[in-house]
Amino acid sequence: MDELIAAIVKPLVNFPEDIQVSSENSEDGITYILTVNKEDMGKVIGKKGRIAGAIRTIVHAAGRAQHQDVQLSIRE
Amino acid sequence: MREVIKNGKSIDEAIEQALEELHATLDQVTIDVLEEPKRGLLGIGAKPAIVKVILKENPIEKAINYLRDIVEKMGVIVEIKATQHDERNVECQLTGDDLALLIGKRGHTLNALQYLTNLVANKHSDHKLKIVLDAENYRARRKESLEILAERMAHKAVRNRRKVKLDPMPAYERKIVHTVLQPNRHIKTASEGEEPHRYVTISPES
Repeated sequence: MDELIAAIVKPLVNFPEDIQVSSENSEDGITYILTVNKEDMGKVIGKKGRIAGAIRTIVHAAGRAQHQDVQLSIRE
Repeated sequence: MREVIKNGKSIDEAIEQALEELHATLDQVTIDVLEEPKRGLLGIGAKPAIVKVILKENPIEKAINYLRDIVEKMGVIVEIKATQHDERNVECQLTGDDLALLIGKRGHTLNALQYLTNLVANKHSDHKLKIVLDAENYRARRKESLEILAERMAHKAVRNRRKVKLDPMPAYERKIVHTVLQPNRHIKTASEGEEPHRYVTISPES
C-alpha cells in the first residue's frame, strides 16, 4: 500500500524526494499517513479536494481488495 | 530522457543526423545549438556545427505508464490498449480479470484513475489532452443506465410536479442526462452544486 500511495503521488508533485508514507493501526483499520513538501500540498489536495478525493478512492479500492479498511491522511 | 549530440557542416545537417539516430521527427524534439559552424579560409580554421537534440517525452505514453504502475500496485493484472483518435482525444481500454475492482461503485474508481491520468498527461503536454478510460465497455453500459434513470426521473418530476435531484455525477455523465432529456418539453434540466458534488436537477415545465 505504501508503494501504491507513493506511485500515485510522485508524478504529481515538484519535490518527490520529500514524500513519506507511514501507517498507524487503529480500531477502524489502518491509517496511512502521507507526508509531502509544504509547497506540494496544493498539488495533492487540488481544488475543492478533488485530487485528494481521487487518491483516497483508489487507496480504498486497493484496501478493499485485501479486505482491509484503510484511511489516508495527508500532512505537510 | 534520450538525447544525442551531433556535428555537421551546417546546423541543419547536424540536426538531420540526430533525428535519424533518434528515429524522431522535428516536432518530437527540442534542439540546443552548442556551436555555430565556422567556414574558415580554404578549409583552415573551419569548425563544424554542434547540436544537442533531446527527445521530448510523449505525455500520453507518460500518463499511460503512470496508470499502468498504479493499477499494478493495486494488485490487478490488466492490459491497457490506447487508441489515439486525434490530437486531443485518447481512449484507453482496460482488459483483465479483476476489472470490477478498477471500476468501483458507479465507476468511482475508474473515474478517479481517469482524473489522475489526465492530470499527469496535461502536466507534460503543451496542448490539452483528454484521456477516457474504459473497462468491459463500462462507459457504454453506464450511458444506457443513465438514460433509463433520466427518463424515469423526468417522469417522476412531471407526475409529482416537483423538482427531482439526481446523485452527484462527473461532468460527462451529467451531459448524458441533459442530452437525453433535451427533447422532452414537459421538463427542464439544470446542474446545481459545486464540483465534485455537482448534480443534475429535473424540474417540471409549468
